[in-house]
Amino acid sequence: MTDHKTDHHNDPTLQAGDPETTGHSWDGIKEFNNPLPRWWLWTFYACIVWGLGYTIAYPAWPLLKEATPGFLGYSTRANVVADIAEFDAMNVGLREALERVELTSVTPQDTPDLYNYAIQGGAATFRTWCAQCHGSGAAGVQAAGYPNLLDDDWLWGGSIEDIHYTVAHGIRNEDDPDARYSQMTAFEGMIPDEEITAVVHHVLAISGQEHDAGLAMAGAEVYSYNCASCHGEEGLGDRFLGAPNLTDAIWLYGGSPEKIEETVRYSRFGVMPNWTDRLSEAEIRSVALYVHSLGGGE
Amino acid sequence: MLDYAKLLILGLVAVLAAIAAQYARDLPYMVHAVLVMLVAAGVFLWQLRRMGEPALPAPMDEYNDGPVRAATIATVFWGVVGFLAGTFIAFQLAFPQLNFDWAQPYGNFGRLRPLHTSAVIFAFGGNALLAASFYIVQRTTAARLWGGGLSWFVFWGYQLFIVLAATGYLLGATQSQEYAEPEWYVDLWLTVVWVAFLAVFVGTLIRRREPHIYVANWFLLSFIVTVAMLHVVNNLAIPVSVFGSRSVQVFSGVQNAMTQWWYGHNAVGFFLTAGFLGMMYYFIPKQAERPVYSYKLSIIHFWALIFLYIWAGPHHLHYTALPDWASTLGMVFSIILWMPSWGGMINGLMTLSGAWDKLRTDPVLRMMVTSVAFYGMSTFEGPMMSIRAVNSLSHYTDWTIGHVHSGALGWNGMITFGMLYYLVPKLWNRQALYSLRAVSWHYWLATIGIVLYASSMWVTGIMEGLMWREVDAQGFLVNSFADTVSAKFPMYVVRGLGGVLYLAGAIIMAYNLWMTVRKGAATRQAPAMAPAE
Repeated sequence: MTDHKTDHHNDPTLQAGDPETTGHSWDGIKEFNNPLPRWWLWTFYACIVWGLGYTIAYPAWPLLKEATPGFLGYSTRANVVADIAEFDAMNVGLREALERVELTSVTPQDTPDLYNYAIQGGAATFRTWCAQCHGSGAAGVQAAGYPNLLDDDWLWGGSIEDIHYTVAHGIRNEDDPDARYSQMTAFEGMIPDEEITAVVHHVLAISGQEHDAGLAMAGAEVYSYNCASCHGEEGLGDRFLGAPNLTDAIWLYGGSPEKIEETVRYSRFGVMPNWTDRLSEAEIRSVALYVHSLGGGE
Repeated sequence: MLDYAKLLILGLVAVLAAIAAQYARDLPYMVHAVLVMLVAAGVFLWQLRRMGEPALPAPMDEYNDGPVRAATIATVFWGVVGFLAGTFIAFQLAFPQLNFDWAQPYGNFGRLRPLHTSAVIFAFGGNALLAASFYIVQRTTAARLWGGGLSWFVFWGYQLFIVLAATGYLLGATQSQEYAEPEWYVDLWLTVVWVAFLAVFVGTLIRRREPHIYVANWFLLSFIVTVAMLHVVNNLAIPVSVFGSRSVQVFSGVQNAMTQWWYGHNAVGFFLTAGFLGMMYYFIPKQAERPVYSYKLSIIHFWALIFLYIWAGPHHLHYTALPDWASTLGMVFSIILWMPSWGGMINGLMTLSGAWDKLRTDPVLRMMVTSVAFYGMSTFEGPMMSIRAVNSLSHYTDWTIGHVHSGALGWNGMITFGMLYYLVPKLWNRQALYSLRAVSWHYWLATIGIVLYASSMWVTGIMEGLMWREVDAQGFLVNSFADTVSAKFPMYVVRGLGGVLYLAGAIIMAYNLWMTVRKGAATRQAPAMAPAE
């Protein structure tokens, strides 16, 4: 590099004592010929050396079949597996206790550790396996007939044992002979259309909704012939048959005249899988306890 | 002849756009087709009225500053729009009621958020880079912009891209690639505009009357070339229909994620770093009236920066489906990138040696220096956050948002404001800015705004990360997502206030620049164009 003496007299950007410039000038901008700052250069080198070392220690360089594994044997996936195994091992006593315990005895007061394990584990199981139908908040989906699990209206019973049985065996599935089972008649063609209309108005009447009093009167008779055997004379339902209570404001498929008529004509056949094949007993028990704890448990 | 070809193309585009609007399969596509039809028809009429006018030869001894002036105005306009959108969505996060029912679905956070990010990065930042590129390349090559009216095409074509992108977001058209949300036809249009941008820039460099190419131009050229490559690869998509806005990405799964963050990180690296370093390398020496500190440093850190940046993308995907080896490499390259990034900071700051006293009297220079300081801070914070162990806490939290904004508001915003304060008097031949006091107000409002923004996001980010990973004695998560949302509320309000201050500063700037052009005393001297030696 040739020596470019700075000309302090002609260039206002230069001062006495300035280092030499490179001699370039663009629109009045010059450049000093300063060396690289030493601390900068050595930190840069140190980072490079550290980087090379790190790629030897950890999985880094892609080769033809797989990447270099690194001599530390680091793997994020293995770390996750190890973490899960650690907690599993730590909780093994709680898990075994949960499998044996009388479910009604698991309470926050008497068995706080076991209760926490069941409820937290149940919540996780619920979000993984149950939320698809019942919703992540367990409020169900009325349009599809997935029941709300937050209220105190239970089709098949809301005690902890009832819930446990339902989770274990499911409802109307073909995989488990112990599944809860019942089937409502589809009344289209079974009874005349006028009677269907009439019985809909009867159901509207007993559930306290707007209805035609004359039709409802006629419908009462139709109801008592065709429906009362399962839903009861008063319409209070029958948990043994999974027959819903028709007098409250809670509806599995909707309580509008149209929805009720749809149900009467074509019936409903909601299915829930059995979980004994897919979940451990501890998981089934914890999810039952979790659902029981949501507010409506009996 | 060329004029007839232009008429033919414009007429054809207008007719095709009308047909496309007729067959449109979705609302955004139809609105865009009508927009393109109107623009093409308007330019057609404008061209028709000029037919037969004798073309004046461009004055080759003068700079072509028309597109620079236009891009300067656009920078200020889009800046205010982008900051306003950002401030609004910040308050939407604090007060969800601001997702007004009557404004749905257009005023939803989900649609306004890409509107904000694209407005500040591509509209504000992009126009600032257009202005800087066109201004700097002419001054430092002592040559007029190459391509005649092509630079005007780049400017207006880029504005059309911005309008298509912004309206698309509001109407719900997105391909869901972060910072690359516009759909396929908008991407194709940007590619055309960008190639024209490259042609103008390289054409001017080739025409230069200086023996060497100034460092600012290396950075600007690397920005233009690399962004072209990133844009094309990350937007590879197959349209569902030629008459619809929807498209399907060519890459899927983790390959798509990797391509996306290779793009996303280098949008930061080449758009917001290399491009703005080009800006810094011209305007700081000019404003400080001192030579660049070290030529050697500028060479070494330039090549190191552009070589290393391109590999750092995987650090956005730590602890995901990305293989561990790719994650390691992303982290290692990010950390080696620390010093090359700081090379720019050293060269910027040390250029002031012998001129530090000017900081007391010159708020514009103060703005530029503060921007370099924020650049240094965020290019330290970035490598630190790329370390896997740090990232396991910071990832997905507001810390990332704070990091991005200390870079964007501090570095990109402040250096752009400095450039605007330098450029406007020059471009409109004014002796000085209308008010230096107003610049000082802008400076302090912006600085305090950034501090509020960054510190509130550090607090919520770290708190949120700690809450997410907190487990009880049995290994179960203690907090739900909603718990962290409610815990963050006060800091969200602080962040919003930071945004208000930053926006207020920008509005003061807009007024100050407007008054400079309206009321400032004119200079007599025309910009002389001559090589320095």
